[in-house]
Amino acid sequence: MSIHLTINGIPVEVEAGTSVLEAARKAGVRIPTLCYHPDLKPFGSCGLCVCKQEGSAKILRACATPCAEGMKIITHDDELYEVRRTIIELTMSTHPSSCLTCVRNNKCELQKLAIEYGVREQPFEERIRERKVDDSTGVIVMDPYKCIKCGRCVQVCQQLEGVYALDFIGRGDNTTMSPAANLPLNSSPCIKCGQCVVHCPVGALYEKDDVGKMMKAIHDPTKVVCVQMAPAVRVAIGEEFGMKPGEISTGKLYTALRRLGCDYVFDTNFGADLTIMEEGSELVDRIKNNGVLPQFTSCCPGWINYIEEYYPDLLENLSSAKSPMMMQGAITKSYFAEKAGIDKKDIYSVAIMPCTAKKDEIRRPISAYEGGDVDVVLTTRELARIISQYGIDFENLEESEADSPIGEYTGAGTIFGVTGGVMEAAVRTAYNLVTGKELDKVEVESVRGLETVKKGTVDMGGVSVNVAVVHGMANAKELLDEIREAKKSGKKVPYDFIEVMACRGGCIAGGGQPIGTDDEVRTMRSNGLYTDDEKCTLRRSHENPSIKKIYSDYLEKPLSHKAHELLHATFSEKPLYKD
Amino acid sequence: MSKRMFSDELDAFINTWAGKPGNLIMVLHKVQEEQGYISREAAEEVSKRLGIPLATIWGVVTFYHFFKLNKPGKYNIQVCLGTACYLKGGDAIIEELGKEIGLEVGGLSEDGLFSLEAVRCVGCCGLAPVMTIGGEVFGKVTKDQVKGILDKFA
Repeated sequence: MSIHLTINGIPVEVEAGTSVLEAARKAGVRIPTLCYHPDLKPFGSCGLCVCKQEGSAKILRACATPCAEGMKIITHDDELYEVRRTIIELTMSTHPSSCLTCVRNNKCELQKLAIEYGVREQPFEERIRERKVDDSTGVIVMDPYKCIKCGRCVQVCQQLEGVYALDFIGRGDNTTMSPAANLPLNSSPCIKCGQCVVHCPVGALYEKDDVGKMMKAIHDPTKVVCVQMAPAVRVAIGEEFGMKPGEISTGKLYTALRRLGCDYVFDTNFGADLTIMEEGSELVDRIKNNGVLPQFTSCCPGWINYIEEYYPDLLENLSSAKSPMMMQGAITKSYFAEKAGIDKKDIYSVAIMPCTAKKDEIRRPISAYEGGDVDVVLTTRELARIISQYGIDFENLEESEADSPIGEYTGAGTIFGVTGGVMEAAVRTAYNLVTGKELDKVEVESVRGLETVKKGTVDMGGVSVNVAVVHGMANAKELLDEIREAKKSGKKVPYDFIEVMACRGGCIAGGGQPIGTDDEVRTMRSNGLYTDDEKCTLRRSHENPSIKKIYSDYLEKPLSHKAHELLHATFSEKPLYKD
Repeated sequence: MSKRMFSDELDAFINTWAGKPGNLIMVLHKVQEEQGYISREAAEEVSKRLGIPLATIWGVVTFYHFFKLNKPGKYNIQVCLGTACYLKGGDAIIEELGKEIGLEVGGLSEDGLFSLEAVRCVGCCGLAPVMTIGGEVFGKVTKDQVKGILDKFA
């Protein structure tokens, strides 16, 4: 049913349930917000989106007011301007004006508002509580000194991720967004997904900066720096240089990494193709030999942290395959090192990731090599910063190719970065493993898109494989509870293979990606990866000639002893609170 | 182990309320009634039993002044900082308690005998400034009297 209303006299027609804020955007009127985020339920803590109805003195919050037939909304007049300006000034009085040294300088929503409203002086006395920075995770840094208490991080952690590491602790002036019992974030159930970071409007949450580690290795003449980059990085990093979300900059990235001084440039997409060979074979093995089903994907470190804490009883369902990043790191220090005649101790393995949890993952005791399969992880944002600092004109950079023999990838590898992509890639190869034939149509439409839980059945030569794809950790709960119940009561679980990604939309919207992600941006970045897939001549992991070669020359076959040594891992139960 | 943490009565109470909306505050009240405060362990137990995340419970417990996070002493000292008592020097009593036995608001004395709480109005403003110890009310308290009052309980 549609509803008709006017916004500042402009007629708009909207669906029932639309908020005044969304209706205004439709009418081309932008109401300022600070706590509102389209990913979250309206919360109404900042009060910036105030508006009123014609003939009424009552002030409404546009984010939390549903449209009604015949409404005549006023969003901008002198009174509303004054209210908003006061809110901005009051918020600024509780926030340090250290913009120049802030990680979010130029990408801060409060700063933007101060610019928009022309705030030239602070009329209110500064009143900021000294609070300690929490960098206990070594991955995500929380600086409560800069927190404006909008509550987005708490909402993200609870609504989107279902993790409940954070809540509003204390009251009034003493309120902080913190873990329970004054614990450091690292002792809390935090899964390090970093969604709090990308949703924070200011600089109160950010990634631990590891740029220095990479540059130190680059400047060390004894080190051979080998770098890999994840699929999702190539469709997002351009945004940091004024390009559109979804523009594919694979070739530019290779060039930029070489210009920074990396010795070998590889691609995590190769690792993704390798993952499919291992994980796909594991799935087929489980199906054929009555193994534990459903099999869960294991590439997302946020998800791994979550299942270890919240569903340890389902760990036997988790694929033992390491993530593409860890596989790529392991073969860099083994297969590649041996081929190139480099001592693996001299290799410094760098990974560029759209993800903060990847920084956590490399500390897991799952590396094939002492010191780690991957030595350092930089997020997309960190790489963009260093590219700028080195004066590299990214947008106009010439393209180049990745290095052999572990840089070549198929379309299946590149779609790993989007929700449904791992499933689709696995189906393309599993079909071949089961039937010995190739799928005519490689696209699996039923697992694409932003719907939170996607289910489908794939026919593999007479064998029906029931699959499900879920993204946004909180959305997995229902599915996991269903599986837990079925297992407990000895019923057949109605799924064979389940892909889980902690972030809404998948890695393209990960916690390490450029700030400013919403569903529109998610769709554009996803389309970028699907375009990259379509452009590939080879779109099935098992067709990758470099993959065929690594098996014939080195790993023998999927799930071989050597493959297990290098490419598989075990995961174990973790307590929710670790102190 | 979990059964040991609460009395049978409290266990039964939690079982009655588990799964019912609005149960958290009820249960926390009862826990504090029995144990004198909400310990981290008790909060974790409530979290497991009611299926409510610990962070949410901590948010509730730190929101309401009623809930105490620290173990009370044998004698709980309440110093009133309501308007009348504040004007009459309630804060000076708190300062004196700090000097005398090293007590801070929300803290516990080393011997576990006294805990200190700042409260807003105990309902006898005519006696300002007021402090209560273990339920006994002391009115028009001056700094110099504090030591003598404490000695009665030591």
